[in-house]
Amino acid sequence: MYGKDEIVLLLITYAVFLILEDVIKLVWGVESKMLPEPYALPGNFQIGTLVYPVYNLVLIAVAVVTGAALSWALYATRQGKLLLAVIHDREMSAAMGINVDRVYLITFTLGAMLAGLGGALTAPMIAVSPGIGVEVIVLSFAVVVIGGLGSLGGAALGALMVGIVRSVAVRYWPEGELFIVFFVMALVLIARPKGLFSAPEARKI
Amino acid sequence: MKQGLLAGIVPVLLIAAAWAPQWLVFLLALALAKGLVVLGLLLLMRTGLVSFGQGLYFGIGAYAAALLAHRGGLADAALMIVAGPACAAAVAAILGLLLARYREIFFAMLSLAFSMILYGLLVKSSTLGSTDGFHVQVRQLAGLALAAGAERRVFFAVSVVVAFILTWVLHRYLASHWGRVSTAIRDNELRVEYLGASVYRVVYANYVIAAALAGLGGAFAALAVGHVDPETTYWTTSGEFVFIAILGGTGNVAAPFLSAAIFEALRTVAAQYAPNVWQMALGVAMLAIIMFLPGGLWTLVRKRAS
Repeated sequence: MYGKDEIVLLLITYAVFLILEDVIKLVWGVESKMLPEPYALPGNFQIGTLVYPVYNLVLIAVAVVTGAALSWALYATRQGKLLLAVIHDREMSAAMGINVDRVYLITFTLGAMLAGLGGALTAPMIAVSPGIGVEVIVLSFAVVVIGGLGSLGGAALGALMVGIVRSVAVRYWPEGELFIVFFVMALVLIARPKGLFSAPEARKI
Repeated sequence: MKQGLLAGIVPVLLIAAAWAPQWLVFLLALALAKGLVVLGLLLLMRTGLVSFGQGLYFGIGAYAAALLAHRGGLADAALMIVAGPACAAAVAAILGLLLARYREIFFAMLSLAFSMILYGLLVKSSTLGSTDGFHVQVRQLAGLALAAGAERRVFFAVSVVVAFILTWVLHRYLASHWGRVSTAIRDNELRVEYLGASVYRVVYANYVIAAALAGLGGAFAALAVGHVDPETTYWTTSGEFVFIAILGGTGNVAAPFLSAAIFEALRTVAAQYAPNVWQMALGVAMLAIIMFLPGGLWTLVRKRAS
């Protein structure tokens, strides 16, 4: 599957998504499930009149640590640099002796693990039910496209933008909550057609 | 010979429109409406673009047609099937100015963004029925009143004829100068520019044509279902169109209709007998086609013929 156009990858993702949606229903049933304990257990704390669950702070910390670890792994380790080389020029990397398939496999596995981590950490905050993936899949594509493909910092900024814009919309303009993210994505893409932090590409004739 | 075969399907479908059971007419009408949308996608794919937002124009077509009957008091099917594509093309003429500059995943995501914006607007607008949408009842075609129960059959017959003509026109278009340039753009855009053709203009034209076809499909779908709701513009609907397009492949203008019919039939059967695993079956089919039949189902037809 690797080494095809991004658009083919998008289609494959969609296909796998369809399959897994039904696998989820088959394995865990169609009713929603709750797991509130980890969320409630760390308790709350107060800033002025604002009550805030500690769990959210933990979540932020985990996100920051994961992001830092990821950028260290990508920019400071041998494996990460190999990946950057493969992204930049797959053919040339293969010619230099990099096992391109292995790099793709590790990257994909790591990506899936991170998605799993995100899901596991979000689960206590919401009711889990089949179909929660529908929204996330589109939102994460939106985040990545806003940030620019292949840019960690861009993805982090994109995620922050999407999250904050949504929260602000929920508070001040609830009607807009559903489409404000896409509105932002459209605006970003109009201003910067390849996302916020995209590396310039060489034109291949 | 193949052209003759395709033309031969039209009378068969017209006979089906007159005598087939109501459920079959419904299924075929929906497949045909979706086939029209996918026909537009095929044109975009021939240009090297995959739109994950054709639901936008499908929805605009459906709502434009439905509003004409519901609010405008012009419950005439002939007007509706003109209004649908006209509105879709008008919107595409504006958005296309922007979108024609985008490629690959950025084109896909930006078109998706626009369709999701419309979805958000429709869901929140209570005057248009919010998530429930509203019903459309039409019993008139170009001034002629239609008997109750027969109207769906007549609309289907009309859509068969219209779809056949448009498919033939698109076939001619793909074989024309601009059609050939479209394929060249897919293969290597930069070289086309160097050869002196305007990539932007061709992409723009194809985008508007695809949108008009999607709008027409939306109008026919509204007539067939008798109901419109915001789901028509949701990204899963757009994804379904892409799915049908991949299933059929871009080899021939008839492929979208073939694969739309197969898709609808599969869905009806699966929803009846295996409601919990039908998405899985779709996903597996899609993976198998991407891996083993990159040209879509049409490669099978072509192998047979040669």
